[in-house]
Amino acid sequence: MEVDSVNYIALLEVPDKKIEILPGASSDLTSVTFCVREEDHTLGNSLRWAIMQNPQVDFCGYSIPHPSEAKMNIRIQTVDQVTAVDALDKGIDDLKSISQFIKAKFQQRVQEGNYAKI
Amino acid sequence: MALQDRNRVVILEDRVENVSGAEFPMSFDGQDLPFNLESFKDSFDIEIIRVTPTDIEFDLIGVDASIANALRRILIAEIPTMAIENVYMENNTGIVQDEVLAHRLGLIPIKADASKFLWKRPEDMPTDQSTIVFKLEVSCQHNREAAPGETDPKKKYINSAVYSSQLEWEPKGNQAERFADSPCKPIHDDILITKLRPGQTISCMLHCVKGIGKDHAKFSPVATASYRLLPEIQILEDITGDDADLFCSCFPPGVAEVVVENGVKKAKIVNPRKDTVSREVLRHKQFDGKVRLTRVRDHFIFNVESTGIIAPEDLIVQALDVLMEKCNIAKAALAKAINNDEDDE
Repeated sequence: MEVDSVNYIALLEVPDKKIEILPGASSDLTSVTFCVREEDHTLGNSLRWAIMQNPQVDFCGYSIPHPSEAKMNIRIQTVDQVTAVDALDKGIDDLKSISQFIKAKFQQRVQEGNYAKI
Repeated sequence: MALQDRNRVVILEDRVENVSGAEFPMSFDGQDLPFNLESFKDSFDIEIIRVTPTDIEFDLIGVDASIANALRRILIAEIPTMAIENVYMENNTGIVQDEVLAHRLGLIPIKADASKFLWKRPEDMPTDQSTIVFKLEVSCQHNREAAPGETDPKKKYINSAVYSSQLEWEPKGNQAERFADSPCKPIHDDILITKLRPGQTISCMLHCVKGIGKDHAKFSPVATASYRLLPEIQILEDITGDDADLFCSCFPPGVAEVVVENGVKKAKIVNPRKDTVSREVLRHKQFDGKVRLTRVRDHFIFNVESTGIIAPEDLIVQALDVLMEKCNIAKAALAKAINNDEDDE
């Protein structure tokens, strides 16, 4: 039997078009709005922050257009050398590395046991 | 802005200044701060302050509010647990109506490892891999051994109050072997579900399924999950004499204390962490320009209280796993979206 460890996705079921490029993107893909389904401020704000750390990104912002729709729009504008798609991909990678590092650090601190136990 | 002030939120008498951070590349003149994982690793730290069987307090230092907030939001809404989802009422002659009783039952925290269960969609049939079954059968009767004239319902009647301990687990399939080490049961035995009087009966079957707090708060593994920024109090000019006493009385006990230096009383900050940032000190004219209240913008004091289903130190790890999983899904979805786009052309 297959048992999933964290798998919160099964319930929400990853939608067929989880990420879409909204109409109006520039042809060279340097300014693009992505629509991400079934995501909210949890991923939206942290991803926005991660993308904004990239010096090749001129602008990044996110919004949740309507509270009853499980959609999150993220707008990225980049300098000419890279596309918004690359910037989003890099942002996702960075966010993942950060969470991985936080997890490792937390586990290390728990292991050290240098805290009050009541 | 001075470098050391960049990550300080300034608390003034009537307003809070410098609230949002600007730690982005090219935000500051002549400064370039591109994000780099190595420098993040150097400046980032976690300090665990206190762990109890249900609570954890820890400091998350050197991250942006968006990351801290993502962690908090995941703790509340996106970590799976098991909770009673369906109540099959066979008989209920008690005073609490079926739907209210079912709602109360749903909120009882159930000790079961959600990772050992499969997700169940509403249309799926329950199986031993996805569902835990409990039974609740209680009838209230007169206690024949009660003293005449007894007025305490607990002595006068049997089963006058129904507690969570009366839920009986019915292992299905191989559940008895699978969970031999940790049988499924309510976390607390003393949760009052309802009250009964002689002749009243409740008989029902309860199905627990896996879910997340986003769907219903009963699935949330935390009672509270919150953070605050580390307060900081700077004394810019010595506060002496009786003013020192007044100064210390402006803060909760343990934050500031009066010390005697060369025979002069002087106020000293001991532990700003205990401060509630009431700003009382800013109301007094004599401290004008002598004290500065700030908060450290990238120092988060987390307080997480588990419902008891998941150990608090595991909660944080699971929350970070969920965040990473979100990234994995987004990355795959982005690749798919780009491929689809190219196919269309």
